[in-house]
Amino acid sequence: MKFSPEFESRFAEMLGHYPTKRSVLVPTLLYAQDEIGSLTDEVILELAERLDLTELEVRNVISYYSLLTIKPRGKYNVQVCTNIACMLVGGEELLDHCKKKLGIGHKGTTADGLFTLEEVECIGACSWAPAIQVNYDFHENLTLEKMDRVLDEYRKNETQ
Amino acid sequence: MASLVSHPDEVRVVSKRFGQGATNIDRYLELDGYKAVQKALGMQPDAIINEVKNSGLRGRGGAGFSTGMKWSFVPTQSPLPKYVLCNGDESEPGTCKDRLIFEHDPHAVIEGVMIAAIAVGSHTGYIYIRGEYRYLSIVMQKAIKDAYAKGFLGKNIFGSGYDLDIYWHGGAGAYEVGEESALMESLEGKRGIPRIRPPFPAVVGLWGGPTVINNAETLAAVPPILLGGAEWFAGLGTPKNGGTRLFCLAGNLNKPGVYELPMGYNLKKMIYDVGGGIPNGRELKAVVPGGSSTPILTANEIDVAMDFDSVAKTGSMLGSGGVVVLDDSNCIVKFALRTMKFYRHESCGWCIPCREGTDWLEKTLKRFHSGGGVKKDIDNMYYLSENMLGKTFCPLGDAAAMPTMAFVKKFRQEFEDHLDGKPCPFEKTGALAPLPVFA
Repeated sequence: MKFSPEFESRFAEMLGHYPTKRSVLVPTLLYAQDEIGSLTDEVILELAERLDLTELEVRNVISYYSLLTIKPRGKYNVQVCTNIACMLVGGEELLDHCKKKLGIGHKGTTADGLFTLEEVECIGACSWAPAIQVNYDFHENLTLEKMDRVLDEYRKNETQ
Repeated sequence: MASLVSHPDEVRVVSKRFGQGATNIDRYLELDGYKAVQKALGMQPDAIINEVKNSGLRGRGGAGFSTGMKWSFVPTQSPLPKYVLCNGDESEPGTCKDRLIFEHDPHAVIEGVMIAAIAVGSHTGYIYIRGEYRYLSIVMQKAIKDAYAKGFLGKNIFGSGYDLDIYWHGGAGAYEVGEESALMESLEGKRGIPRIRPPFPAVVGLWGGPTVINNAETLAAVPPILLGGAEWFAGLGTPKNGGTRLFCLAGNLNKPGVYELPMGYNLKKMIYDVGGGIPNGRELKAVVPGGSSTPILTANEIDVAMDFDSVAKTGSMLGSGGVVVLDDSNCIVKFALRTMKFYRHESCGWCIPCREGTDWLEKTLKRFHSGGGVKKDIDNMYYLSENMLGKTFCPLGDAAAMPTMAFVKKFRQEFEDHLDGKPCPFEKTGALAPLPVFA
């Protein structure tokens, strides 16, 4: 199992931050997922071995955290918040709009593998609602038109 | 990057360096940075704790417990290492203030952690940032690195002979991890399942060692207290509610945003003056005063001072500072449903009253909103919520139950308007597909 040099150096550094090895697990899983695309059997086995855990212990942790996934997502994970602050100013309409535009539902992925759509809980953008995150990037104060522009921009970047 | 707002009534203590480029350590130093921690190094630990106690600083995460008091519970002698843990797992719906602190003033959080560590005799601190805030964990990692490079962290900080290490830590998406004991579990690399208390973290915390856990905003308020003095800070707020607070105004408002206002600021003024009132010629219907777990206030209940004790008198809570405003076009049943959907999603399932309660409440509310509600469900929802209160390891069960009881109690008529198969009176598109009724 090969990770990037940045991953390896961060991993090695983090191990020195805690009295127990397994403490690095949660952030490490997220960084591993960002590189590989999802937490594959191979990643799980590798991290379990490195941290002296059983695969089951690693899977147990994965299933708890909503950002972690064992199923591959599209290149751009469009996470639309519909929690209260966003809902009051059009978060649900935004989600419906994305469903129609991308032709997929909650946790669905487009056929070209470009987009995954996800309805998520509060992302901490309440005063700038409605808001979404595409991977880790925030897009705030959205309207349906702005939403279209955001998605088109990602698609354009891809075809260039 | 989240945009900043301002209002003449603001008193900038925690937010004074917002927009000033203080992520740069040299700029932070120009703006009084790392002065408070040097002062703390010359003080007796007891004196630091007393200063924080006397300032009236109370936990900004939502519970509002005296910060100085919390620190004083940490035993002086401990066979196991002591820790300071900054809670930056901000995820209470309606709350987006810690994000701004990390984005604009990460060194203030580091300095707050340092002072807390010196006060309780700890040599290791962690700053936990939720996984969604990846760009902020990058900001924080750089800030910590810069502080090490200057010799502010590590061995013999500021030549005082005191050793102190601070590390960042990242989450991966979980509301419950914002609860202190679940936060520790998560940092230890486990599922964020809460621990039973007592023992409290101040005595048995991270890896069994005494641990101080404070919200990021709380810790960012500590350096100004040491520099300006407890009396000054206490004087900014109301009795027993020292200082200012970052209020996140959200929902149906003309000027939403994060504003730093003195503790005890009037809610009505906050909505109509600071927040610019309700847009589109609508009227105020209700307001959630401090994040989704705080019981809703009706339009008649908003003449209240926004401090912990005054809001508690209304039967609600000041909570985490997330003020969510609803105009009169919104259906409370739908709002309650969305709130409960969240708690059902976030419940870890460890305690049965929370796991089953949130699920049943969501199902019942869904049925109600779809026009399939039965009259006895109204009382059942209240009764069910009442029986979740205080029966779980962590307050997530309470956080789901308390607002539900308020929705039912204060907006009973609206629930009744959904009975007998009637479509939601507020829904433009008609009723949702009804679910089966188990009468």
